[in-house]
Amino acid sequence: MTTADADPRQATPLTAPHMLEYEYTRSVGPVIGRFFGALQERRVVGVRTAGGRGLVPPQEYDPESGEPVGDFVDVASAGVVTTWAWVHAPRPKHPLQRPFAWALVQLDGADTAMLHAVDAGDESRMSTGMRVRIRWSAETHGDIHDIACFEPEDAR
Amino acid sequence: MRDVAVVSFAQAPSVRADQLRNEVEILMPVVAEALGRSGISKHEIGFTCSGSSDYLAGQPFSFVMALDAVGAWPPMAESHVEMDGAWALYEAWARLQHGDIDSALVYAFGKSSMGDIAELLTLQLDPYSVVPLWPDAVSVAALQARAMLDGGHHSERDMAAVAARSRRDAASNPNAQVRTPLDEAAALAEPCIVSPLREHDCPPVSDGAAAIVLAAGERARQACARPAWIRGIDHRIEPASLGARDLATSQSAALAARHAGALGGAFDVAEIHAPFTHQELILRDALGLGDRATAMNPSGGALVANPVMVAGLIRIGEAAQRIIDGRARRALAHATSGPCLQQNLVCVLEAD
Amino acid sequence: MSEQVYGIKVPIRLDYTYVVGTAPARFLRGLAQGKIVGQRCPSCAKVYVPPRGSCPTCGVPTRDDVALSDKGIVTTFCVVNIPFAGSAVKAPYVSASVLLDGADIPLFHLLQEVATEDVRMGMRVEAVWVPNDELQPSMNSIRYFRPTGEPDAPFESFKEHL
Repeated sequence: MTTADADPRQATPLTAPHMLEYEYTRSVGPVIGRFFGALQERRVVGVRTAGGRGLVPPQEYDPESGEPVGDFVDVASAGVVTTWAWVHAPRPKHPLQRPFAWALVQLDGADTAMLHAVDAGDESRMSTGMRVRIRWSAETHGDIHDIACFEPEDAR
Repeated sequence: MRDVAVVSFAQAPSVRADQLRNEVEILMPVVAEALGRSGISKHEIGFTCSGSSDYLAGQPFSFVMALDAVGAWPPMAESHVEMDGAWALYEAWARLQHGDIDSALVYAFGKSSMGDIAELLTLQLDPYSVVPLWPDAVSVAALQARAMLDGGHHSERDMAAVAARSRRDAASNPNAQVRTPLDEAAALAEPCIVSPLREHDCPPVSDGAAAIVLAAGERARQACARPAWIRGIDHRIEPASLGARDLATSQSAALAARHAGALGGAFDVAEIHAPFTHQELILRDALGLGDRATAMNPSGGALVANPVMVAGLIRIGEAAQRIIDGRARRALAHATSGPCLQQNLVCVLEAD
Repeated sequence: MSEQVYGIKVPIRLDYTYVVGTAPARFLRGLAQGKIVGQRCPSCAKVYVPPRGSCPTCGVPTRDDVALSDKGIVTTFCVVNIPFAGSAVKAPYVSASVLLDGADIPLFHLLQEVATEDVRMGMRVEAVWVPNDELQPSMNSIRYFRPTGEPDAPFESFKEHL
């Protein structure tokens, strides 16, 4: 019989790689399903709450009151940056592999903002209040990646 | 309401990566120390509640195995929240209000070092339109920092000052992990990681654990010469969607503070759970701490030791310990959860 | 009116570096030397294998290593008839709880070199190790357990360890 090391910190670590991978297929429901269906056609739809607020992306319930939402509404594919953050070194899972901005974008006709990437090229081109528009993916599949990213509206 | 107090607190020193010990091995001495200080044996404890995240451990029901650190025999009354341990403390406090038990053990553990914590926290976001883009936790916090800066009430200089004060306080906290002093001017000249956040604005990656023993009424007086009585505790949550709320303010923290009775009177000490510098500034405003004479995060806070799922419970423990030690008479503790301060818990602690 | 989307694929992948801990590391390093190492609770004296560093009933650290035999008793078992994807073993096969001599909790492993219908509670079994040059800090160092041919252990001798 032996006794474990008096100070475990003097032992050598034993570690092993461990990977979790889930191929989730998520049911999106009738509201978000309509949003993704519209993206596939390169359009953006939101919903109108009883109080008249336009939610984009749409939600099943008004986040303020919990009431079911009303009609679908079409909104523009361009809007205003409400806040942003510049990524100097993108991670492998990020949507763009060159420096880019994350931004909350309030599309024209919406009262909430959606999170996505802005391909602005340089941080100096970003500012709160700037206008951006959707750059659609070459192929659309009915999910959020149908929006490749946003780009400054004054871009060529 | 029944009078319930924190009667003992223990924590493991936060480290960047404990590569030798598993969660149970980190937790065991902490639980033993908290129970030991209270003089209440595990067999006397009426209820046990823990906080942790299976995603940190990378295995489902990891909290069940953590019970090995307590010794769940004979079978015990136990519960778990997939949240910071501060919410486990709330559940234990509520359980003590039933009146049929006199003590509770609360513990939390988290080894952030085993995975990529910034990416792992992405999974708490909207799974339909946000998670597929993989915004990491630093990026999401940076969106909030920008919103605060654009509001014009605070500057990047103010953020650096929070970091510098936290580092200074860390020097006298043996459980802190980041203690290098910070030269504010030099730090502001450093490049951003995700603008507007620099390294000093972000928390370290930490492994840690903490435990608290709660007791009610006379049992608390037996267990502790100077119990830290919970005079008010409340938690509030906001919508999950980042684009549906004002990121520059924290209405949930303000509401929790109001319901916990934290908006009146002075505090000797406030322990605020703000993993990012700008979040302390937002929370100070929300909690109305700006102009009250209060020692802010004398432990150094989550900026110098951030074991995820534990750091909120540590805030309550640090605040309570100062009352137990006689260094403070009235303390405010705060914990947060979710992206961009989505959920906030406020606890008011007082000596007799 | 746009198409309705019903479902989206959201693949999630997370990479970890798993830390086994002090006590499990001693067990796994023992396997790499062809040994089975348990740990004894200083409070209730029960011997745990694999050790996780604590006594799950007393909640105290286990520190004393105990060298265990690689022979033991089948306390309970099941017959797996339906193969699952990625299984290295051909169905039907037996998964057994093996109470090693000197241990207080059974170890879970594969049972081979015996017809499934001949396996019974109390059967004496032994570890079949991989060749010495293939030993590693992993449960894979033991390929499986097989019957020793010794007489069965009486139920009374292991009824507390089910």
